[in-house]
Amino acid sequence: MIIGETPPPSGAFGVDAVAMTMRFGDFLALDNVELKVRPGSFHALLGENGAGKSTLVKCIMGYYHATEGDILVGGREQAIGNPKDAHALGLGMVYQHFTLVPAMTVAENLVLARDDVPAVVNWPKEMKELEAFLSRMPFKVPLGAKVADISAGERQKCEILKQLYLKRRFLILDEPTSVLTPAEADEVLGMLRDMVVRGELTILMITHKFREVMAFADDVTILRRGKLAGAGKVAELTPDAMARAMIGAEQLAVQPARTGAAGQTRLELQKLRALDDAGAVAVHDVSLTVRAGEIVGIAGVSGNGQRQLVEVLAGQREAESGDIRVAGDLYRASREEMRRHKMSLLPEEPLKNACVGGMSVADNIAFREFDRAPFARGGWWLNRGAFREEARTKIAQYKIKTRTPDTPISALSGGNVQRAVLARELGGDVEVLIAANPCFGLDFAAVAQIHAEIMAARNRGAAVLLVSEDLDELLELSDRLVVMFRGEFVYEARTSEAELTVIGRHMAGH
Amino acid sequence: MADGSIGLWTVPLAVLGGAIRVSTPFLFVSLGECITERSGRINLGLEGTLVMGAMSAYGISYVTGSPWLGVLAAGITGALLGALHAGICSLPRVNDVAVGIALMLFGTGLAFYLGKPLIEPTAPRLPAIDFGWWSDVPQVRAALRVNVLFLIGLALAPILYWAFRTTRWGLLIRTAGESSDAARAMGHSVQLIRLRATMVGGFLAGIGGSFLSLFYPGSWNEGLSSGQGITAVALVIFARWDPLLCLWASLAFGGAAALGPALQSVGVTSGYHLFNAAPYILTLAIMIVTCSPKRTLTGAPAELSITR
Repeated sequence: MIIGETPPPSGAFGVDAVAMTMRFGDFLALDNVELKVRPGSFHALLGENGAGKSTLVKCIMGYYHATEGDILVGGREQAIGNPKDAHALGLGMVYQHFTLVPAMTVAENLVLARDDVPAVVNWPKEMKELEAFLSRMPFKVPLGAKVADISAGERQKCEILKQLYLKRRFLILDEPTSVLTPAEADEVLGMLRDMVVRGELTILMITHKFREVMAFADDVTILRRGKLAGAGKVAELTPDAMARAMIGAEQLAVQPARTGAAGQTRLELQKLRALDDAGAVAVHDVSLTVRAGEIVGIAGVSGNGQRQLVEVLAGQREAESGDIRVAGDLYRASREEMRRHKMSLLPEEPLKNACVGGMSVADNIAFREFDRAPFARGGWWLNRGAFREEARTKIAQYKIKTRTPDTPISALSGGNVQRAVLARELGGDVEVLIAANPCFGLDFAAVAQIHAEIMAARNRGAAVLLVSEDLDELLELSDRLVVMFRGEFVYEARTSEAELTVIGRHMAGH
Repeated sequence: MADGSIGLWTVPLAVLGGAIRVSTPFLFVSLGECITERSGRINLGLEGTLVMGAMSAYGISYVTGSPWLGVLAAGITGALLGALHAGICSLPRVNDVAVGIALMLFGTGLAFYLGKPLIEPTAPRLPAIDFGWWSDVPQVRAALRVNVLFLIGLALAPILYWAFRTTRWGLLIRTAGESSDAARAMGHSVQLIRLRATMVGGFLAGIGGSFLSLFYPGSWNEGLSSGQGITAVALVIFARWDPLLCLWASLAFGGAAALGPALQSVGVTSGYHLFNAAPYILTLAIMIVTCSPKRTLTGAPAELSITR
């Protein structure tokens, strides 16, 4: 491209990041990284958590100012001081966390996003224009519905439509398919791909799903620990080669083979019903049994009652009706029952749901046993030395990266918080394990370790209930698979016989 | 009825008249608080704002001879107190509820201090419109002497309801209150939106205060407000952050507050103080009925510190 050429007023343009370096204090988040996104291409940005993907795109969007390096938009060097500058150049970003206002309608959200919101909105006129805009778009959303009432897939479509409505021609998508069913993901990405092929858009997609990279992307750039680890045409690369570039030489925990057959029923849900925070029925009279030495996976798109179900099992939420039985006994999630039945829990967002952030790693590891010997005498006099000693053993055994056992647990990275919870929950005997999205947002090494531990617990005879939004994880670990949709179990199959398309269809409620 | 006695009809009439008269400060404070809370911040200092508004309105009305200048002064005083609240809350790690309580005490204290010389003199009062001219019954005429401020408040509620839906400012205030992340992602300053919303809320609360000193009861003294400001904050929660419901809730509270005096006027004297407590009992009862530990409040702005 000739230097000084202006990007065409319509159609796609490219973005280059040249020699980007970003320093946060002592920490080098980006180290001389290069990114070339060709005009009218679908570009994937791969990397583990903490590899610098978000930092790089935030530099492009003007949220961060790179310590060194330049951004070229349409071949021209541009100083992007803030997101508004980026928007003016036609760059738009779809965030991983939705930026729609849940309590407002889709139409309100779209109009609100404009730079020139009129002082008094003429709704009949705006609705007519929005409908005309939607008729030109590949996917549809209900304009009058509240965002809180539409599905996660529709919300994601809304976010993308918002960018197109704002006439952005270079879209950055941050993990756009994490809340979609496989079919929805293919639909959305396929439609975007069509727009790219027609020369209307350029897309830079942050992802960790090789399947999507192979199916939709033209080019790929791979980052590892802030450095460029690889780049090239997708057609010339294999998923294996990309994975190696992403992980580097790091040793991953080896998952033990699945051994032993399922035994007696351990955990039993009988017509369990629970409400969500708004008072609506979130879990709709579900029944399920989990046997010893078996992993039962619950699949489903986020927001179909999984969270409330896990909260009831964890004792964080009261059930409206129905029973939970563990080894035949009625279970109400009291401390005594948890201890007697050797219940373990790996909740999602462990720092929020399973830890006290301001307390030390040692204290957090001791939560289950802190008031019994050897940690306490007479049930009240605590032996701090025993806490620390136990913590040291577990920190070594579970490879928790912390400066000292006395460091507040909130200072640890997500993977290490989850390792600490893992050490507490799986360190002793386990008869029932309930895990909810245990690997969400963690790096390869932590994921491999957690998967290995869950499989090992199963092989030792624990009954495992694994609730996850990650289908690959469920297919890899579970013996039996249940799909949850709108608070009900709508499908059940042995994992070895389950078909991805059938599961996806049930996740979408068809 | 030559003697003007209409028997027990006095009670509902007095309650109606009271509902209109007593509800006005509730209405202004709750509409103001509604704006502030929809922007994602709770201002408990409105009790102080109310009393400061009453004092400044009375003072300015006395000095200038114009009650309307007094109303304006009350509004400006309220807006300044609102700006103070928003300014302190924009600092990192400041809790808006705690600041509100501090400003409540500050406002009332300052008003008592500055208002000492205003207890004696009589300031010109706000005019009222006589909607009861058609009737010979003095009680009816008394009940239907409606203050202009009430009519303004009556118009303001539907205007706010409309503005929250169809104006840029309404949409921005709701965005800031529902998702500050979304507002920031669009490039808006959440602090600025909340500053303005809190100032407008303070302006309206100040005007509510001017009604107390310039119309009903219509004088300045230290016992002027009996917690109307703080009750109005509770009322916004009861009204589910909806300006139209704020209007109805204010009328209900005004009616409840008029119950005691109305019963006394027909000779029911036993339990007078109990009936005077009716609005507070109503507050408590409503809170107990509408709150549940198991669910969040519907309609609550998601960014509000009490719902998060």
